[in-house]
Parts: sequence; structure tokens; C-alpha cells
Amino acid sequence: MTSADATNFLDTLTRRLGPDRVLTGAAPMAAYESDALTAFRARPRAVVLVDSAEEVVDVVRLCAGANVPFLARGSGTSLSGGSLPVHDGVVIAMNRLNRILEVDPVRRTAVVEPGVVNLAVSDAAAPYGLYYSPDPSSQSVCTIGGNLAFNSGGAHCLKYGMTSNHVLGLEVVLPDGEVVQLGGDSLEGVGPDLVGLFVGSEGLFGIATKIVLRLLPKPETYFTLLAAYDSLAAAGEAVAAVVASGLLPGAMEIMDNLAIEAAEAAVGAGYPLDAEGLLIVELEGEKGQVAAESELLLDVVRRSKPYLEHVASDPDDRMRIWKGRKSAFSAVGRLSPDYIVQDGVVPRSRLGEALTKIQRLGEEHGIRVANVFHAGDGNLHPLILFDGRVEGELERAEELAGEILRLCIDLGGSITGEHGVGMEKRQYLGEMFGDADLDAMRRIRLAIDPGELANRGKMFPDAEAPALLSHGPHPLEAAGVISRE
Amino acid sequence: MSGGDFGAVAEAVRGAERVVPRGGGTKPALWAVEGAEVLDVSVLRGVTEYLPSEYTVTALAGTRLADVESRLAAEGQYLPFDPLLVEAGGTVGGAVAAGANGPGRLRYGGLRDFLLAVTFIDGQGEIVRGGARVVKNAAGFDLPKLMVGSLGRLGVLTECTFKVFPRPESCATLRVVGMALDEALEAAGRVGAGAVELECLDLVHGLAGWDLEIRIGGRGTALDARLKRTADLLDTDVATLSGDADATHWRARREFGWASPDASVLKLPLTPATAGALEDVLAGLDAGSIGRVYGAGVQQAFLAWPSERAADLPALDRALAGARLTALALRAPAAAAAGPILGYRTGGALLRRVRRALDPDGRFGRL
Repeated sequence: MTSADATNFLDTLTRRLGPDRVLTGAAPMAAYESDALTAFRARPRAVVLVDSAEEVVDVVRLCAGANVPFLARGSGTSLSGGSLPVHDGVVIAMNRLNRILEVDPVRRTAVVEPGVVNLAVSDAAAPYGLYYSPDPSSQSVCTIGGNLAFNSGGAHCLKYGMTSNHVLGLEVVLPDGEVVQLGGDSLEGVGPDLVGLFVGSEGLFGIATKIVLRLLPKPETYFTLLAAYDSLAAAGEAVAAVVASGLLPGAMEIMDNLAIEAAEAAVGAGYPLDAEGLLIVELEGEKGQVAAESELLLDVVRRSKPYLEHVASDPDDRMRIWKGRKSAFSAVGRLSPDYIVQDGVVPRSRLGEALTKIQRLGEEHGIRVANVFHAGDGNLHPLILFDGRVEGELERAEELAGEILRLCIDLGGSITGEHGVGMEKRQYLGEMFGDADLDAMRRIRLAIDPGELANRGKMFPDAEAPALLSHGPHPLEAAGVISRE
Repeated sequence: MSGGDFGAVAEAVRGAERVVPRGGGTKPALWAVEGAEVLDVSVLRGVTEYLPSEYTVTALAGTRLADVESRLAAEGQYLPFDPLLVEAGGTVGGAVAAGANGPGRLRYGGLRDFLLAVTFIDGQGEIVRGGARVVKNAAGFDLPKLMVGSLGRLGVLTECTFKVFPRPESCATLRVVGMALDEALEAAGRVGAGAVELECLDLVHGLAGWDLEIRIGGRGTALDARLKRTADLLDTDVATLSGDADATHWRARREFGWASPDASVLKLPLTPATAGALEDVLAGLDAGSIGRVYGAGVQQAFLAWPSERAADLPALDRALAGARLTALALRAPAAAAAGPILGYRTGGALLRRVRRALDPDGRFGRL
């Protein structure tokens, strides 16, 4: 693009949206240069604040016409660098598209715009005794559009699935500006599951402008059990025993000693500080069923010989237990100026082996690693602590992160459970998949977006990478609004 | 071609001009396509990996669902999406390609929610893998989901990995017969919104109106109290099925024992709000008496379209399109329709692009 074309492009954008809603220049765009993967930073050509689905279509068509790459951005909480701007591309800020268009208690669906915050959906559904199940730790700020693009998870995925399992229908703007409807209002469909293909496509297939979500009835009651062990392995064995018992808890989480200490210091959740492994198991559902299951659960967990057990006595006590867990990452982050969160998955039976190896790898690199993980589905979140101001530490941390990802692949797992590939894990996608697999994905990408305009440079290994630059927390993180998980 | 030999399938795809895969042959509307060579994948047979402690099972696409289910049952586990036509000889690949589920999908979700990984042969004869054999994964495009409901038109499935769950310890069913549809829908809504989690919730069109059938499963010690709690919401005469009678009843449902063997069988996505529109379509075609089930909490309809009315399937296609309803024919006379999908369609613009990527030469035929 010549500079005259570039000026022309920006002029057209400004004419369409007005000068207030087209940001250019370093200062106004600073907040958009990075996301929650703060190690990367890139300056876009412009940031546009759209007000309607029609404006999304307009902007996408303008970009397509001028061959300018673009990406949609919600709250910028991606931990994989998924909402990192494409250098010289357009960032389409979706936050103003934040209307909940409908909550239907009979169909148990909500129709929302992509800029709606995750937790706002559950809040809107609460009067009908319903809630939206996927619960990423950033749920008080992250948006449904971003959840959709990266197929976000949370602590309750084993039983009820990730974002993908809760999206029924979509209105989508394809990368050339064509608008298409996918799916519908029903839990069932006919023909290839295009909604399923779109969810988790990391913005590479275009932008969703309207989303039909499935709502679930709020459980009548919870049974939340905390059990402390003198080794991480013992906590892991308890998880295996629960699984073998035929119970299907809504959540099973484990924290290691470093994570426990940090969480305790941050929010005072009442965790035992001397525990090497802390297990949280939660049953949920109707009272009669939960009562029957909780007897079995207590029996199974007691046989795993925790040195301490505690059952949440009331809703406040339960919230306290979860608050500690959900704040663990930002709390651990306080121990170190910088950190990288990993998101690998291993078969549940190999959790113990994975944790031992991660610990050893950390020692070899002279880098501290804390562990908090969704034990029920084998989703690890090793937290790699480093100081970006110390020469070479970022590189060493990145190297360790890579070795952990390879470990997950070797153990038969995945490089990402819920954060997506984004910018961060691109070079490992080719280690998890074979050439023919990647080639098929690339062909689909190119058939949908021949110019590779939508979120260019993400997911695929051969894409150009911006430089590793910065260090320090995301602005929202520094303000205590978001945490990394 | 022997089990596990995907190269031979790839070769067969490359060598054909038009090809449609066939597993157990239980859903002929998917593979009985004029002018297409039928590729028999039933020889790709066997459970290749079953890890009860991981909640995962992997099987070659031609493996019979009955074989998978019996392996799982031995460990107290099951396929929660409740596959159709299991005893009839349905296969793993056929279940995925049809993307259809039985009444039990109500509790935890449909096949789309339980398919973790696939291997398939694309239209150029490439062997492609997608997903991962672990219960949680977000790496790469979700090709497993794309294969759900792909009807053999985007690839020939060769291997599938599913998430499995522990099977409820015991189940029983409440049954109310002879309701008006409005009354049955209202009662289904009330029971569905109650605290008791249900395995199945079907409305069955019978001789004397609609029967409401509610299946509850879980820990045996809590079952009676949960049945009573649910029956209390119904405020009418309720019969109870338990033990073998309960199991046999629901097996017959997913085997289409309630439909005449020569009837066309159609599946439609539904909601409680669109059930009325479907009734209007049927009434408009003078088909208000056909066998049908509005199942899984009124999220899917199964219609048994009588063989003597086969000539009216094109009229049904048009009427469904007019009402913005979609249907998938599982069984239907080959010449009756242009393809197994009837009625209203969405996603065309995206689907055309995906087909161009995976089947540029159009070997698998149109969707």
C-alpha cells in the first residue's frame, strides 16, 4: 500500500465512523498494543471502536478491499497473544457491541453480542434460575466473542464442556465481509457442525457478531471438599481414585505449595500453608443426588489419606475456597515481576509424572515454577516465574515453556487446553500435528480467507512473529482486574 | 483392505470419481446416492485404545457401536450422547457422519460434545488427523466438530476418539399417557426446569395423544426420592418403569422400534418454541397422524414418514423450508430427494469454502 492509499484508507474509515471512533497514533492506541501475553507488543495502523454489527461488516469490507489485515478484540485478556495486533493492521474493538439481546427461559438460550462480558450472561440469566457454564478465571472482564474465538474453558469443563459446547448459533462476518448464519436455537443440528468449526478458530475465519448461547439450570446445591496432602503425588492419586469410583464431580483442582502460599497471602482463603498438594473437589446438582454422592466422595477421599479435610460449611465458605483458587495466578505473579502461564494437557493418569518432570526442568533452568491445574481434565497451568529485566531470563523462561509443551505432546496430550495457540504456541502446533494435518487446516484457512487478513500471523507455525519486547503486567492486571489462567 | 489400513481407504478415494462411505448400512439415506461408488469401511473394525481412567475410547470408524458400548459397560462407562441404531449394526463412523443422537443426549450433550479426535481421508486422498486423545484440547481448528454431521461429504472417517462418562448406577422412567401437545409441552417445561437432573425427556405421539416420558438415573440410594420429587411436579397419574423394562423401553426408542421398518426416518433440530411450527407443517400435509417423537427435552424430532406417502417427501422438503425447519433423512427412498438434507439450510457460504478446501474435485458430492 502506498502512503497515499494508506491515507485514503484511514480517511474512509474516519468518514464512516467519525474521528472519535478511529484511533491512530501512539498514545491512544497504547492500550491495544498488547494483551495478557505481555511479552509481545505490536502497533496497529488504527483501532476502530465499532457500535453495531453493520459497522463490523463495513470495516471488514474496507479492510478486504484495501488488503489490510484486521482482528477483533474484546477485553484483551488472551494469554496466548491471540488479540495481539497485526502490525499495521486494524484492531476492531468490539466492547461496545455489548447488548444481551434476549434471554429465553423456555428454550434456555441467551442471544448476545460479542462484546458482552462472560459473567454478565450469568447475571442476566440468574432471575430465571439459569447460568452460563464456561467460567474462565477472567470471567468478570473477558468477553463472549473472545471466549468463542479461543474456545475458553474454566474449572468446570470435564462435566459440561468448554465454550464450544455452549454455543448453538452464530451470525458471522467472513473475512471478505460476507455475512453467514450458522447453527440455530436448538441443541441439535443438521449437516456439518460449522458452529463447532468456527468456535476456537482464533479469529482466523472472521468475526462473530451475534451469538446464541445455551444456558443451564443453576445447581440446587454444591458440596465442596478441600483435602490437604503432604505430597503432590498423593493429591494426584486421590483424583484417580475419585475417577475410578464412578463419580463425576463438576470440578477437581490441585494447587502446589508455592501456589497455596501465594493465594493464602493474597486473599486468606484458609488454605493449610504446609500442604504440598491441595485438592478441591466439587459436586453439584440436586440435593438428594449430591447427598448420596458426597458420602461416596468422602469415603474415597479419606482412603487417599489426606492429613486434613474440610467441607465448605455454607455458600460463603465455598466462595472463599474458590476465591483462593481463582486468585492463585495473580497471587503467584506477585512473587515475580514477570511470568508465563502454560496451558498444556496430559492424560490424567500421567499428571504425577508430568509434574515431577516439570519440577526437574525448572530446577535445570534455575527458574521457579508454580503449579495450579484442572486435575479433572489433565489441564496443567505451570507458572514460569522470571524477571524480564535480567538479561537472558525471558529467553530461558521461553525455552522452559517450550520444553513443557513438548513434554505434554510426548505424554500424548495437547499444547493447549483452553488458552489457544495464538502467537505464543505457534511453533509447537507442527510438533503436535503432522504435515498433512496442518496442510488441511491451512487449506481451510486459505479457502475461507485467501488473503489471510483475519488475525494474520496467529496459530500457524510459519507466520511472521513480532519481536519479544516488553515485560511487566498487563494494565488491567496491574489494576487487579484480570488474572492469568 | 484390513483394519487400520488407512492407506487403502485413501487409495480407494483417489481412484474414484464419486464416492460415498458406508459403515453398517443402517442409515441408507446417507450413502444410497445415485452414481456414487459405495466405499465399505466396515472392515476398519476394532477398539484401538480404551483408557477407562482417562474417560477416552478410540475405535476404527467401522467398529460397531454395540462393540464399543459393551467394552465400556464392562468398566461401568457409556457413550453419553446415546447413539442411534446400535443393535441394528450402526458404526462409530456412521454415528459421527450423521451427527444424530438418542434420547439420552439430554443429560450431558450430543455427539459433538463427546468427539475428541478424528482421522479421516479428505477428497484428495490425504490422511488427516484433528483434535487430540485427551478430554480437553484447544489446539488447531476443531476438525472433529466439522466431521460431526458431515454425512461422508467432507471426508471418509477412519478413526474416532470419544470422551466417555461413568454410567448412572440405576435408572427408572416416569410415564404419563394421552396428553394434548400443549399440555405435554407445558409439563415437559416444568419438569425440565426442576432441580432433578434428567437422563431423557421425550414426548411420544401415540394413539391417544402425547405420552410424556421422563427418565432419571444416578445413585441407587437416591433414586426413589428423586422419582417422587419429579412425579409431584406432574399432578396426574404417573406410571413407573424400572429395571429391565426401563432399559428395554429406551433401547427400542433409539433403534426406531416404534417406526414401521419401511417408513422413512427423519431427524429435525427442534425447540419447544418451534414444535408448533412443525405440527403445522405436518397438519398442512395431512400427516398429523404419523409416528413421531419430540425428544431430548424437545430439542430433536424424529418422524416416521410412511412408505405410502414417499412421493410427498418433496412437498415436505418445501414445507419445512417455508417454516425455517431442517431435517436429516436417515432412512428414505433413494430417489425421493436431492440429498439427505431437507428444508431450510444455513451456513452455505462457509460450507462452500470448506468443501473447496477438503474436496476440491467434488468426489464426495454435494451437501
